[in-house]
Amino acid sequence: MTDPNSTLTPLDLETPEKPFLDANELVINMGPQHPATHGVLRVILRLDGEKVLGLECVIGYLHRGVEKIGEHRTYTMFNPYVDRMDYVAAVSNGLGYCETVEKLLNVEAPARAQHVRVILTELNRIASHQLWLGTHALDIGAITPLFYTFRDREEILKIYEKYCGARLTTHAFRIGGLQYETYTGFEKEVKNFLTFFRPKIDEYEELLTTNRIWVERTKNVGRISAQDCIALGVTGPVLRASGVKWDLRKAQPYANYKNFDFEIPIGENGDTYDRYLVRMAEMRQSVRIIEQAVNALPEGPIMAKVPKVMKPAAGEVYHSIEAPKGELGYFIVSDGSTQPYRVRVRPPSFVNLQALDKMCRGQLVADVIAVIGTLDIVLGEVDR
Amino acid sequence: MGQIVQYIESYLNTKGLTPGYAGNMFWVVVYIMLVFAGLSVAVIAMNWLERKILAHMQVRLGPMRVGPHGLLQPIADAIKLLLKEDIMPAEADGLVFWMAPLIVVLAAFTVFVVVPFGPEHAITDMNIGILFMLGVSSLSVLGIVMAGWASNSHYPLIGALRSSAQMVSYEVAMGLAVVSAILMTSLNATGTGTLSMIGIVQAQLAQGEWFIFKFFPLGLIAFFIFAVAMVAETNRAPFDLAEAESELTAGFHTEYSGFRWSLFFLAEYSAMIAVSSIAVTLWLGGWLRPFPNLLSGTPWNQIFSLVPGVTFLFFAAICFYNTARMPKHPLFRVQTIGLAGFGAVLGLVGLILFIPPVSMRVQDIFWFSAKVAGFMYLYIWYRGTFPRYRFDQLMQMGWKVLLPMGLGVLLCTGAVGLRSEIWNQVLVPLWQRL
Repeated sequence: MTDPNSTLTPLDLETPEKPFLDANELVINMGPQHPATHGVLRVILRLDGEKVLGLECVIGYLHRGVEKIGEHRTYTMFNPYVDRMDYVAAVSNGLGYCETVEKLLNVEAPARAQHVRVILTELNRIASHQLWLGTHALDIGAITPLFYTFRDREEILKIYEKYCGARLTTHAFRIGGLQYETYTGFEKEVKNFLTFFRPKIDEYEELLTTNRIWVERTKNVGRISAQDCIALGVTGPVLRASGVKWDLRKAQPYANYKNFDFEIPIGENGDTYDRYLVRMAEMRQSVRIIEQAVNALPEGPIMAKVPKVMKPAAGEVYHSIEAPKGELGYFIVSDGSTQPYRVRVRPPSFVNLQALDKMCRGQLVADVIAVIGTLDIVLGEVDR
Repeated sequence: MGQIVQYIESYLNTKGLTPGYAGNMFWVVVYIMLVFAGLSVAVIAMNWLERKILAHMQVRLGPMRVGPHGLLQPIADAIKLLLKEDIMPAEADGLVFWMAPLIVVLAAFTVFVVVPFGPEHAITDMNIGILFMLGVSSLSVLGIVMAGWASNSHYPLIGALRSSAQMVSYEVAMGLAVVSAILMTSLNATGTGTLSMIGIVQAQLAQGEWFIFKFFPLGLIAFFIFAVAMVAETNRAPFDLAEAESELTAGFHTEYSGFRWSLFFLAEYSAMIAVSSIAVTLWLGGWLRPFPNLLSGTPWNQIFSLVPGVTFLFFAAICFYNTARMPKHPLFRVQTIGLAGFGAVLGLVGLILFIPPVSMRVQDIFWFSAKVAGFMYLYIWYRGTFPRYRFDQLMQMGWKVLLPMGLGVLLCTGAVGLRSEIWNQVLVPLWQRL
């Protein structure tokens, strides 16, 4: 499959822009300090008036060397670090890492732990999508949804705080299961949240889904075809909005997702509006999964038998999960010692960000903002 | 000394006076100062109200710390802005950079020369009042372009380009809507139209209906066109592309700070009040109270003259109610006293407004301000609800939707207004000839 980006003419940034007033072309630096680049993304835009001739992403402003740190920590010690990559979906990151190490160690978490993991991860998916919705709408100029989503996200964070003491970078799971048993009233609170949250999705949709301006701003903006998505390795809601029914929860079931009944929402056009609809539908599906999981929460141990000092046999393993933003994969090479020889993360945001140039060429400056929002990138994960 | 007394007497004897001739230079100066002060207070109040109302739409509290319920927040902000360092970018064009905010502010304030707060409450009554208003208010584009260009930076330049293109485009549709309202004034008994702001309101009084209801739905459509165009004119949400925060950080005033920035802020809000005043004057009966013809006569006049006082007493009551709800804690003592004091001031104003001569005199100002305040609320409401248009969609809306609509409304208004003439002088002769 050919790389779709190779058909785009490379952006010529070496030639200086023509003198100011007779020039049509303008090179603008968007970021790294810019309110709409969701952190420290720097986008170099070449503009003809308002039209985007091409763009180039400059990343690395938030690079903390997470992968390198992994080589100097034991398997257990590295666990909290992965929370700092995609900090709005810390629980998903933790789940991916724990499952990968469990695969390496050949252990499996007990059923109760699996259920609690699913509940917390799906809550996290909702929280991540809420944050995406708020900031995406804010980028397009609707300020109000941000406050609604943050109000409701707070309820999820409260559940996290009660469960493990932290709200954002939770470190909720341990290799082999859970460290903490759920607190008293956990199930009731999760159920309360579900009944509280269901009408809230309608509230968000009421503000935006049929809003004329919202539809005009998002329909046919940042279109990307299914072939291009696959060729670029784009995953997650962006891929599904282009019409590909690919969700790792169904395709390669991990945790115990195969026990739950849910649908994979897909879009048709692969534009920003479809991505919006897909994510809204995903929130509803997450509610469905959590409801099933919390109703069928089994009793039992929460921790599998794992050695105090983990020394996995030499070898390598790749395991990926469906994080809120797409396929989150961990590739761990073990040399038989207490520390991984190499940890490589395949972050969804980093791969999805590749599609930005493809999606933005020929569109307007305002669309670049909308597309950055709709890609739902987290720079902590892009730069690691 | 004698002359001053004469001036004052000349004002107090209001019979048969129109504002253009009411006075003399003395009263004109007093009026200008009153309008200027009133406008500044209105902008300050608007600042607080916008933050509070927007906050309550967005399930948060808004300013709560400075003064009771954040009442002193705008003042604190103003002091902060005055104390800030005045920064001018090194590469900026100094003179143009310095002049830009002045031009914007001048344009925004000058339009109030012709705004009729009442039949006698206007600085002057020009016979081309509405033209003057549209002309002067569109001068602010110049200031915005200057600000964007002089900053010598990409984001302000794009912001200024957007904003000037937008304002010029929407002026066309706005003009057509205004013309259709002016056409309606020519349907008076005297048969002559007027461009005078006071004349337009008096025409609505004479014809016994606000122009928004005239030739239903033509007046309503014209009003709608104006209402959309005026939001675009003032660069407010959902047409705030010029200062689109997520795209251009702050648009044309990115490089401005401190007092210069606050001048842009002042100009933006007074421009909002100015265009709302045009809308109120042209379509919503200006200073006229509701149903001046239907519910006329002394008893109704008496009842309506109580409304301003009652309104203020109502606000005072809200203040007192919230004073009672304040937490009973020593830390809140100053705030509680402050809120009660604010309520007392409002109540006192309300009581003063019950004095018959005063209430008769401020009737028109009150109704005018109330209608303008309604528009201000709409502005805030838009901001809380709508996403932002994209530039090409904005242009499309201006040129492909509002402009044809405006032309159509203009033609229809003319045709309906002249229907008897068309019938008698065109269709009937044509029929006879056939």
